Amino acid sequence: MTAPLPPTAQALRATFGTAIGRVEVARDGEPVVYVARDRLLEVMAWLKDTPAEQYDYLVDVTAVEYRDRERPLEVVYFLRSLARRVDVRIKVELDAAAELAVDSVWGLWHGADWLEREVYDMFGITFRGHPDLRRILMWETYAEGFPLRKSFPLRGRFSRAEQVRQALNANPEAHYSMEELSIADAEGDLPDDMRDRLRRGERGTIANSE
Amino acid sequence: MKEISGQSPNYLLSKFQTLVDWAVNSSRANSLWPMPFGTACCAIEFMATAASRFDFARFGMERQAFSPRQADVLICAGRLPFKLAPVIRRIYDQMTQPKWVISMGACASTGGIFDNYAMVQGIDTIVPVDVYVPGCPPRPEGLLYGILLLHKKIKGESLFDAVRRRDEQPLDEKGLRLSPETIDEISEPFGNSVHQFRSA
Repeated sequence: MTAPLPPTAQALRATFGTAIGRVEVARDGEPVVYVARDRLLEVMAWLKDTPAEQYDYLVDVTAVEYRDRERPLEVVYFLRSLARRVDVRIKVELDAAAELAVDSVWGLWHGADWLEREVYDMFGITFRGHPDLRRILMWETYAEGFPLRKSFPLRGRFSRAEQVRQALNANPEAHYSMEELSIADAEGDLPDDMRDRLRRGERGTIANSE
Repeated sequence: MKEISGQSPNYLLSKFQTLVDWAVNSSRANSLWPMPFGTACCAIEFMATAASRFDFARFGMERQAFSPRQADVLICAGRLPFKLAPVIRRIYDQMTQPKWVISMGACASTGGIFDNYAMVQGIDTIVPVDVYVPGCPPRPEGLLYGILLLHKKIKGESLFDAVRRRDEQPLDEKGLRLSPETIDEISEPFGNSVHQFRSA
């Protein structure tokens, strides 16, 4: 690569050395920086708090699995500095054969909460330190796996009848905690069974067929 | 009495039943309160049908009941993900008899283009359906035609004929409306999606 590195990438290289992997420039000009998994939190905190960087806004967290099974999965963080009006993408590579886990950036940006839940829901990537890591798009008793993985069959693993059975047996109210329902004030007015269920934090279960 | 004497002994009764059926069915058909269950682009066409240009209030649907307790016809406008299946079933169960269901659009009727892990392949696996309106999405004329077909169907029902008057259709002990074999059969891929493999 003959073009000079983007300034943020240069600064990252200078500060973190070998923890910074290859650097690419995306077609729209955004720098893409690959970071070692173990030092992700350090790098992110530095990007957020260093006065010259000020990446204070986490735009999105997502993940990619490529058709080439040899390639590792990538967790992608889109950062933006609202003050400096610049963007950067941080990528962490995860070997599909090893444990799919990465540190949660929830402590730096609380907005990562649902974004990381979605990545967990769709790819099965665990975010260590996330306060409430559970499914967000699929229901919590969903047992077929992680739909956006390349190994996941398009129509799901179960037969249609079993899918319908599980769906119809799901309790749509069992997926919310007391805080999410915003009924903490009205707890005394709730039906007994609902109050008990919410107190236990029960998420609902699906009985086995037959 | 002379005129009647030549008829069957049930002649008066059947006349009476016809009259009652006519009165009841006309009342029902001409004041259907829809319960809109709009999940996708079909709901936009549904709103167009409700709005001034097409105005289904002309057919007695003036009041849209956003409470299932006060609704007569559930209109599922749009694709139904598995996550919403228990919701539409509960709404259907909460509706009072008599109740009807219109499945609006390809996705509600068959799963449409969404032959994937997340989508119910036809809402008739969840609730009984009276009228299927094809289209992706159907134009308001299509939905109006479906509504008129439902009127026709309602006017053919009889209070005195148990076969023609559908009762409550509860879920069986497995929590299903149809047998698993039937669900698998009607969820079979068709059209272009037969060329997609079940396993990746």
